[in-house]
Amino acid sequence: MEASPAHDAHVRFDHVRMGFGERAVFQDLTCEFPRGRITILLGGSGSGKSTLLRLLGGLIQPEAGRIYVGDDEVTGASEAALYRIRSKIGMLFQGGALLDSLTIFDNLALPLREHTDLAPDAVASAIHAQLEAVGLTNVDHLLPGQLSGGMLRRAALARAILREPEILLCDEPFSGLDPSSVKRIELLLAKINHERGITVLVVSHHIASTLRLADHALLLLPGRSVEGKPAELQRSEDAEVADFFDEDHSVDDASLTPTESFLP
Amino acid sequence: MKAAELVRDLGWRALSIVGELGRMLLFTVAFLRASLMPPFRGRRFVEEIYNQGFLSLVIVCVSGLAVGMVLGLQGYNTLVRFGAESSLGTVVGLSLIRELGPVLTALLVVGRAGSATAAEIASMVTSEQLDGLRMMSIDPMDIVVAPKALALIFVMPILTTLFVLFGLAGAFFVGVGLMGLDPGIFVSGLKSSIRFSDDIGGCFFKALIFGFLAGLIATFRGYHAAPTAAGVSSATTSTVVVTSVAVLIGDYFVTALWGFRI
Amino acid sequence: MSRSPVRDLIAGVFVVVGLAAVAFLAFRVGEAPFSDKGGLPLYATFDEVSGLKTLAPVDIAGVRVGRVTAITLNDDYRARVTMDLDPALELPVDASASIITGGLLGDRYVSLQLGGETEILGPGEEIAFTESAVVLERLIGKLVNNLGSSD
Repeated sequence: MEASPAHDAHVRFDHVRMGFGERAVFQDLTCEFPRGRITILLGGSGSGKSTLLRLLGGLIQPEAGRIYVGDDEVTGASEAALYRIRSKIGMLFQGGALLDSLTIFDNLALPLREHTDLAPDAVASAIHAQLEAVGLTNVDHLLPGQLSGGMLRRAALARAILREPEILLCDEPFSGLDPSSVKRIELLLAKINHERGITVLVVSHHIASTLRLADHALLLLPGRSVEGKPAELQRSEDAEVADFFDEDHSVDDASLTPTESFLP
Repeated sequence: MKAAELVRDLGWRALSIVGELGRMLLFTVAFLRASLMPPFRGRRFVEEIYNQGFLSLVIVCVSGLAVGMVLGLQGYNTLVRFGAESSLGTVVGLSLIRELGPVLTALLVVGRAGSATAAEIASMVTSEQLDGLRMMSIDPMDIVVAPKALALIFVMPILTTLFVLFGLAGAFFVGVGLMGLDPGIFVSGLKSSIRFSDDIGGCFFKALIFGFLAGLIATFRGYHAAPTAAGVSSATTSTVVVTSVAVLIGDYFVTALWGFRI
Repeated sequence: MSRSPVRDLIAGVFVVVGLAAVAFLAFRVGEAPFSDKGGLPLYATFDEVSGLKTLAPVDIAGVRVGRVTAITLNDDYRARVTMDLDPALELPVDASASIITGGLLGDRYVSLQLGGETEILGPGEEIAFTESAVVLERLIGKLVNNLGSSD
């Protein structure tokens, strides 16, 4: 529940209640995510991991409670205020969420053309710098549908960090990828966090890689949540927590079966 | 027990219809705001003119020609019994311009462009592309919805006109070319019976209204689709069904309010 | 967003052609979309042309030889009909023109009957002998009156 006082909180959820129809996702969620660290969000399916990211981005509003990003309150913010807050947030969606009808270059150029007055060659060099950072070259004129899953994820990551955000939200960044792509994304996230000091929030089923990656973990359980260092959580005495780690959520890279890598 | 459930179910449905209407109204307001306020998406609008207008061209022209030819044939065969085949131009012209042109074009465009619009937006919802835009502080209403709906409104009168002209050409071909009617009689019947203000003005007015209905319903259904494969298909289907019914019912009201002379 | 000059061009052509079609439907739909081999303008003046429209055919013995191009009212309030006929026609100066109804409800047209003179009508000349349109309602009215007065 309480974050350790050593790090300052970048994101705070304060008594948030959220549900869809009659199904309550969070009864009363209070948690904090430390600035400049990598935090993983764990939980079974339906535990509200993705919902938490969407709440944080202001894409949906909670039924009660407050959410802060830095000093800004996301809950109840006007559309204009949300746009300002979102300019500090990069989001990597599960399927990449690049626009199908645009080339990779145009996809990345879109936010720059919308929000900056950069000259075309400045736009191009900014885009190529980010694509290079995620290890992609010669993809400018390809459509998203022409990329492999791993490349698509990296292109989407390039778009997410293009506007130099302070927070990077990653929704299932490893799902559906082969082990080498998983490793690659893992390294990229660590590098982005390390080099740019960006706060990274990762939602994942892929416990092996996220535990390796993360400084901090939040486990969402029905009706409550548990925070702590990943290694501590794994050794927890708490029956529900131990159950979570015992179940087959924990799949090691090496033991990934072919079917597993196809699962979304 | 059964009855109570039925009543509850009915009440629930009624409420959800009212809720749907409310969402539609809010959507319309948001659409108008996105269309009338800068930034204007000229380039996106042009793309959508191509998608919705140009790509519907063939189906509209071919259908117009076919409908006109059938009208010519049926009209001639009916009128010739009364020795009134010289009224063919009048009959064909009035029915195409007043009713068949705007209504059939709207139904065709809904089937071709409206369903595609709904499916495209719904699949953008499913793959989180719209959320992706929002997270980049780009309003999907502005960059996706408004250009599509505006383009549909804009191309509808153009496509309707082409439908009518191809229909008249088809009827002319059958009546004059095949049935041997005098071309002058056909054209003078057409010319003398069609009035600019009520007939042709009404035709364009109807086309604009139907374009508005088609554009809004298609984008609305796509925008509020459930983020699943079933959501995409139900958005597409309901776009075609709801718009078709709205066009046919709306046609009665537009006709009654516009006051076509008998 | 992504630029495609070809698509832009096609969209532009679509709009231009479409607007031209709209203008055509709005203002010119009554224009004759066919051409006749006209070139011999002739005039005829009738007491009554009710039901005759421009573009109505002009025929001789049931064969179309031209069209009515204009119907105006002349100074003494009679109908002056302008016709455009096949220039190959050699009509004698005593030809006559009558207005005929095709069928009971059909449109009116002009029928020409030839005369016996050897002199030929030239372009812009007037057909002197005319027979006006029969107005069915007036005929019936007259008939009813006559029946009434003969009692």
